[in-house]
Amino acid sequence: MKKKRFSNLKERAIKVFFFTNSVFATLALVGIFFLLLFTAIPAFKEINMGEFFTSTRWNPTSPVKEGYGILSMVVSTFMVTIGALVIAIPIGIGVAAYLSDVAHWRVREIVKPIVEILAGIPSVVIGFLGIVLFGPIIAKIFGTSNGLNAVNGSLLLAIMALPTIISISEDSLNAVPKTYSEASLGLGANRWQTLIRVKLPASLSGIIAAVMLGMGRAIGETMTVMMVTGNAPAFPKGFLSSIRTMTATIAIELGEVPYYTTHYYALFAVGFVLFIITFFVNMISDVILHKYQEREQ
Amino acid sequence: MKKILTLTLIFGLLLSGSMLTAQKMVQIKGSDTLVNLVQVLAEEFMAKNPRSPIAVLGGGSGTGIAGLINGTCDIANHSRPMKEKEKQQCKEKRIDYRTFIIAIDGLSVIVNKSNSINDMSMDKIGAIYRGEITNWKEVGGNDMPISLYGRQSNSGTYVFFQDQILGKQDYSADMKRMNGNAQIVEGIIQDRAGIGYVGVGYVVDSRTKKPRNDLKILNVAKNANSKAYSPLNRAAVDSGDYPIARPLFQTSAGKPNGVVAEFLNFIFSAEGQKIVKAEGFFPIGKGIIDANMNKMK
Repeated sequence: MKKKRFSNLKERAIKVFFFTNSVFATLALVGIFFLLLFTAIPAFKEINMGEFFTSTRWNPTSPVKEGYGILSMVVSTFMVTIGALVIAIPIGIGVAAYLSDVAHWRVREIVKPIVEILAGIPSVVIGFLGIVLFGPIIAKIFGTSNGLNAVNGSLLLAIMALPTIISISEDSLNAVPKTYSEASLGLGANRWQTLIRVKLPASLSGIIAAVMLGMGRAIGETMTVMMVTGNAPAFPKGFLSSIRTMTATIAIELGEVPYYTTHYYALFAVGFVLFIITFFVNMISDVILHKYQEREQ
Repeated sequence: MKKILTLTLIFGLLLSGSMLTAQKMVQIKGSDTLVNLVQVLAEEFMAKNPRSPIAVLGGGSGTGIAGLINGTCDIANHSRPMKEKEKQQCKEKRIDYRTFIIAIDGLSVIVNKSNSINDMSMDKIGAIYRGEITNWKEVGGNDMPISLYGRQSNSGTYVFFQDQILGKQDYSADMKRMNGNAQIVEGIIQDRAGIGYVGVGYVVDSRTKKPRNDLKILNVAKNANSKAYSPLNRAAVDSGDYPIARPLFQTSAGKPNGVVAEFLNFIFSAEGQKIVKAEGFFPIGKGIIDANMNKMK
């Protein structure tokens, strides 16, 4: 009797423990949201909301006239992200398809962990590669005088997004029921047709989720981009011009900004906009992933 | 219970121990232009006074002065004078700051080795950095777009250059905002169309103590009619013929005493100034040394 009560108590304690953990995780998110929101709001006492979103001039320390427009850096952020996806999606899906359908299982057992280790390389190391290796190559290929531009940033972000895209795409390709491909092969389709017309469409939601997660990583990445894009705050004239993303702007300026000034609040406002963007990207990928898991069951 | 008590005791001891060493360690922070020089000075000083540890960090002049105000460093290195606002903040926090000139810098304008230009006037350099001149052929060079390299806004060199050369106007938004002097030097070595500005200590090879031969140091003239001088020309820097020479500062939080005073005295000594010279900067004259000594009291 006594023992039973004790185990009941234990059970309840464990439940409470896990509940508290999940509450903490949620509270952290909500806390960050409100911290960003409330620190961002004072910025708009002095900055016109219209100027903030539509002006391309960001120059808070200007001796002439302070400028607080985030359009250039928002466009820059999307440029490197989309550039990264253009590179990473074909390669990522190609590798995933190879691993799940073509490769010998021994090759897969070796290659997949290696791809996943790629995700663990510190961003500063990848940035260094961008400076010493990719920079000069890009300059040579495109005939520019230097390699500090959006192409370099895109390339490195693609490398960083690849592990996510490959790993999740491969999982979702593997999760396609065997009966699908067996039926397709039985109807006379070859392996290529089976892969392209049956397996890929069947695992599309998983692949899209993989791409969205990779995109979330690319948007929020700071160090790598900051090291190789040159950080010129001008509105980008193309992929070969030097750009400065939202993350780089915050990282560069927050260290020295005097506290509780318009500049300080404006940086939090940039952070808030970034938070909203990544939040939606992650939410969309989550929704898609859920849909796909439901169908699996 | 006993175990916990022992653990707390050990932890407490460790904590107080680390706090004691933290108190003794002199913290120096700030200018990226000065960080190498002060590091070498500190190493030499510590070789003689092994019981007086000194830690030297970079981060930029603005960061160093902010550290002085927030009480996170004992000495701030800065390559621009303190701003009125910063002096005011010091007074509000009752910091009896003392500013000393520790070396003279011939701020150097550098271009790629392949560039055909040797001399340039201050107003031309200003026009280039304001973005009014965008092609090398406009200043007599080859037909290629100018690729601008500069520092980030927390840099004292950024502010000094903006005040003295740009006439307190905005930098071109296309200027690449680099993290430090070394990154600008690396960028210029690779970029055939690049132009950058760095402290004279960074155009001198740290091993051979001779000017670097993998980039070109421009001779700078006051205006179109005057003669252009090299920042490596000691006499021209001293006489003011080299137009963008500047003092480099250290500011102590309060009247120097203990290790801080010993270290400052070491820098002003003949031995300290010899190191200044060896690192590529110019030593301070007797007049400045006397003024420094007066401020120590």
